[in-house]
Amino acid sequence: MAEQSPPHTPPQTPPDTPTDSAIELEGVVKEYVSHGEVVQAVKGVTLDIAEGEFFSLLGPSGCGKTTTMRMIAGFEEPSKGVIRLHGRDVTDVPPNKRDVNMVFQSYALFPHMSVWDNVAFGLKQKKTPQDEIKRRVEEMLAIVDLTGREKRRPREMSGGQQQRVALARALVNRPRALLLDEPLGALDLKLRQAMQLELKRIQREVGITFVYVTHDQNEALTMSDRIAVMKDGLIEQLAPPREIYERPATTFVAGFIGTSNLLSGTATGGVLKLGGGRVLVPGREGEVAVTVRPEKITLTTQEPASDVSALPGTVSEVVYLGTYNSYAVKLADGAEITVFEQNAHDATVTAERGDSVWLSWQAQHSYVMGS
Amino acid sequence: MRRLTPYLLALPSWMWLAIFLVVPLAAMASVSLQTGNVIDGFVMTFSFSNYGDALGTYSTQLVRSLGYGATATAAMLLIGYPVAYWIAFKGGNRKSVYLFLLLLPFFVSFVLRTISWGFLLADDGILLGTLKGWGVLSADFHVLATSFAVIAGLTYNWLPFMILPIYVSLERVDPRLVEAAQDLYASRGTAFRKVVLPLSLPGVFAGVLMTFVPATADPVNAQVLGGTGNTMIGNIIQTEYLVNNDYPTASALSFTLMAVLLVGIFVYARVLGTDNVLEAAAR
Repeated sequence: MAEQSPPHTPPQTPPDTPTDSAIELEGVVKEYVSHGEVVQAVKGVTLDIAEGEFFSLLGPSGCGKTTTMRMIAGFEEPSKGVIRLHGRDVTDVPPNKRDVNMVFQSYALFPHMSVWDNVAFGLKQKKTPQDEIKRRVEEMLAIVDLTGREKRRPREMSGGQQQRVALARALVNRPRALLLDEPLGALDLKLRQAMQLELKRIQREVGITFVYVTHDQNEALTMSDRIAVMKDGLIEQLAPPREIYERPATTFVAGFIGTSNLLSGTATGGVLKLGGGRVLVPGREGEVAVTVRPEKITLTTQEPASDVSALPGTVSEVVYLGTYNSYAVKLADGAEITVFEQNAHDATVTAERGDSVWLSWQAQHSYVMGS
Repeated sequence: MRRLTPYLLALPSWMWLAIFLVVPLAAMASVSLQTGNVIDGFVMTFSFSNYGDALGTYSTQLVRSLGYGATATAAMLLIGYPVAYWIAFKGGNRKSVYLFLLLLPFFVSFVLRTISWGFLLADDGILLGTLKGWGVLSADFHVLATSFAVIAGLTYNWLPFMILPIYVSLERVDPRLVEAAQDLYASRGTAFRKVVLPLSLPGVFAGVLMTFVPATADPVNAQVLGGTGNTMIGNIIQTEYLVNNDYPTASALSFTLMAVLLVGIFVYARVLGTDNVLEAAAR
C-alpha cells in the first residue's frame, strides 16, 4: 500500500546548499572619506544567504561586519556592488522600503513610548488595521514572554526585557529577514546564554532568515547554520561552524575561533621536525603552518608510539577549570602549547608544573595551511 | 553632622534667594499698596485700588506686550528649531564652533546691540537706504517705529535662549532611534514627527519659557526701535519709576505683569505639559 504523503510539511532544517537565496551581496564595497583619505571599511564582500538560514558575520571590531549589515538594512549605501533581497535589487532602496528589520546593538527602543507602542510602531506605519495590530502585538509579546508589561516604558525594564522588546518590535512585522547587530552584547553571561537558546527557538518558530553580527565566537558557533569570518573588510572563511572550527582556512581564523596552537617550519618527506619531536604532515614539503586544537592533544609522561605527532616539553602552568584542566607546555624551542585534558575520571592531574611530558596527536588532527 | 552637610552647602543659595528675591518682592508688594508722593513720602494704606487704576490706564500696553512677546517667541521657535537641529545633527565636530558663534553677540551689551539694529533698520540706513537707492523700495518706506521692528528686535535678542535648550535636548536624541524608525517603515518626515520632535519637546518647553518671559517684559527694544506708538509694559514701569516717581503704580504694574506671566506659564505647563505631549505623540 502506497504511503500517503503528508500535507505540506515545511522543511525542518535549512538546506545545505542555498536553494533560494534570501540575501545576496555581490562585490559589495564601502568607502568612507576620513581626514581627506579614502578608507575602505568593506573591500569586496560576496555572500549568498539562504532562506531560513541562521547566518553569522563574525570578526573583531573594525572588520566591516557591522557596515555590511547596515548596507543590508539600507542605512549605508554601497560604494560598489549589488545587494539583492529575495532576488530584487535593493541597492538604492531606502531602509523604510526594505522588507527586513533590525535589532540594534543598544536596542534603540523609543524611550517616549510604552512597550506596546514600540512593538506596534512598524505595523502602524504600514497602515495595518487596528484589530490586526492588536492581535499581532499580543501574539508577539506572548512569544517573547512580555505579556502584562505592555504599558511599561523601556527605561523601567531590565536589559534582558528591553532586548526582548527590541526583538518583538522587529519580528512583529514578519520581515523576510531579521538583522541582529550584537544584540546580546550588553547582557551578562548567564542571560546571554539563555537568550542564545531563546533566539534559536524563536528563529525555528518563525522560520525566517536571521543575519547575526557578533564578535563573540562562542555565540556564532552555538547558533549559526553558517558563519562568515571577516577581517579587514574581507571574508576570510565562509562555512558551517564545525568546518570553521575543525578546518580553519587561514591562520587568522584558526586564532580567532577557539584556542589553537600554531606550529610552523620546513617539512621534509611529510614530517616537520621541531624541538626534539615531530609533526606528521603527510604529503607536504617545504614551508608549512600547522594548527592543532588543545583538546586534540594527549599529554603523557612516556614517549608515545611512532605513528603519531609527538613533541617533548616542560609543563609551565596547570589550571583547573572544572570540566577540564588546561596545561601550558613549553617546547624546547621556547614555543608554548596549550593542552586541554577532560576531567573524565578523577580530580588528579597527569603532570605538575615543571614535569617533563610528551604531547601527541593523530595526524588527522593537524590542520595544515600554506604551501 | 554628615546628614546636615547637604543643607549647609545649600545655605548660601537659600540666603541669596532670601536676600535678593524674597526681601525685594516683599518690599515691592508693600510699596504697591501705599499712597503718597515722592516729596511728602509714601504711607501704607492698603490701597488695592492701585492695581485697578494701573491696569485701567495701561491695559493696552499690557495686552500689546503679551502679543509682542508671544509673536516674537513664535518667530524664535520657527527660526531657532531648525538652527538647533542643524547644529545637533549636522554640526559634526564643529558643534562647539557654531555654539560659540551663537553666543558671540553676548560679548556686546544688550542695549548697544539693539541700537545697532536701529542703525541697520534706519530709514536711510545701510539696508533700507541701499534698497531705496536701487528703487526696490519707495522713498517713504520705513521699518523703525513699527511693531515689526520691535518684534524683530525681541526675536533677535533672545534667539540664543531659544536655540540652546532645544539644541541640548536634540543633542541627546540617539541617531539610532531615527534609524530604528526608518527601519520600521517610517519615512524621514514621519521619523522626525514621531521620534525626534517628541523627544525634543522638553527643550522647546524650556526655550519658550526662557524667551517669552523676558521678551514680554523687555523695555529696551520698544524704546529703541518702536518709536512712540509701540510702548510696552516694561517702558511704562520704567517711566513710572524713574520719570514720574510713582512707585506704587510701578510696583502694582510689575506685580500684575508677574502674575499674568505666572498664570500663563502655569496654564502652558498644564496644557502643553511635556508628559501629555509625549503621550499624544506616541498615539
